[in-house]
Amino acid sequence: MKKISLEVNGKNIEKEVPDHTTLSDLLRDTLNLTGTHVGCDTSQCGACVVHVDGKSIKSCTALAADISGSKVTTIEGLVKNGKMHPMQEAFKKLHGLQCGFCTPGMVMSAIDLIKTQKNPSESEIRKWLEGNICRCTGYQNIVAAVKEASTKM
Amino acid sequence: MKKFNYHSIKDTKEASKLSSANSIFLAGGMTVIPSIKLGLGSYKDVIDIKEIKKLSGIKVSGKIVKIGATTKHAEVASSKDVKKAIPSLAKLAGGIGDPQVRNRGTIGGSIANNDPSADYPAACIALNATINTNNNRKINAENFFRGMFETCLKKGELIESIDFEIPQKSDYQKLKNPASRYAVVGVYVAKHKSGTIVGVTGAKSCVYNEKSLSDKLSKNFSSNSIDSTEISPSEMNSDIHASAEYRANMVKALAIKAVDAC
Repeated sequence: MKKISLEVNGKNIEKEVPDHTTLSDLLRDTLNLTGTHVGCDTSQCGACVVHVDGKSIKSCTALAADISGSKVTTIEGLVKNGKMHPMQEAFKKLHGLQCGFCTPGMVMSAIDLIKTQKNPSESEIRKWLEGNICRCTGYQNIVAAVKEASTKM
Repeated sequence: MKKFNYHSIKDTKEASKLSSANSIFLAGGMTVIPSIKLGLGSYKDVIDIKEIKKLSGIKVSGKIVKIGATTKHAEVASSKDVKKAIPSLAKLAGGIGDPQVRNRGTIGGSIANNDPSADYPAACIALNATINTNNNRKINAENFFRGMFETCLKKGELIESIDFEIPQKSDYQKLKNPASRYAVVGVYVAKHKSGTIVGVTGAKSCVYNEKSLSDKLSKNFSSNSIDSTEISPSEMNSDIHASAEYRANMVKALAIKAVDAC
């Protein structure tokens, strides 16, 4: 067992978890933050993307013990004062989701893109989202939503 | 995932002390963790080396770009120093996996794992790299990569840094798998003062120097000089993505593309 302490969505968390616990398991099973999804569980699909110290990573392939001491933001941490994040608003407005399984990862990944590229082109958005797979193939609207959100962030 | 004991360590001495026949080093975890999940690897101890400060960073001095083992792909891809000294190496790093993998995965991990489709090993061959370990060994890339997932690293031996020789010109071209961006075939061409080296990944069970191309390009660095070269498919990989013959042809086609891009 490992004692870990980290900040999740602004709250300090201290837990004792088995050494082999992944960050996605910690978030979902221990902290009940089930907005982070687990698809492939081998870092290919991107449904589990969260931010660790401001950078997007795949939480199914990071150990909770390894992330100890970091600041984590999940999809649940985006709402501020009851208002959705501009990226969430754009996904809603432009129907950037169908079944919604990949959406949390798409949104977290896209926010990381806009942090470094303020006004990305369509091809830059598509290249950045290479690690996020949508099996409904709703990419057209996802890309349109990211483009729209980039003008509001 | 199978259970293990996780250790985060702060210096390389601890690494040697903790390592055993049942341990593995962890940096970005982009290979180690999926391997444990898929049952391909099982370990008593997982030793996290990320906190060892001296293993991370990029330094350019004279003719060498030195990259610490735990330096992340995203850091190499965005490094002004690497972009200036060896632009093709920054380009290669920026094409590994996806942004999230590049935010975690490390150069040392990629090289130590020696996946037959990994990108960095091709750079090591073409850029005449020296792999420095905590046993004070300085291993030339041609001797380092031994076979599929096999290197000359001894149990418990840790890569500390990789020294890349700055070439006069270079480029890396790959035919990437559309789903995971690994190299179905990747060709790294580097023109040094002493000659040209063509490092090839993805094509065979292990990265190698395609000497038929290296020799011709050393005499005449132009794509015309390799245009009629026949690459034998006999030892090439063959799978649902590409046949051996297709891979053999891609080695030459990508080498031509790389030379033209230099």
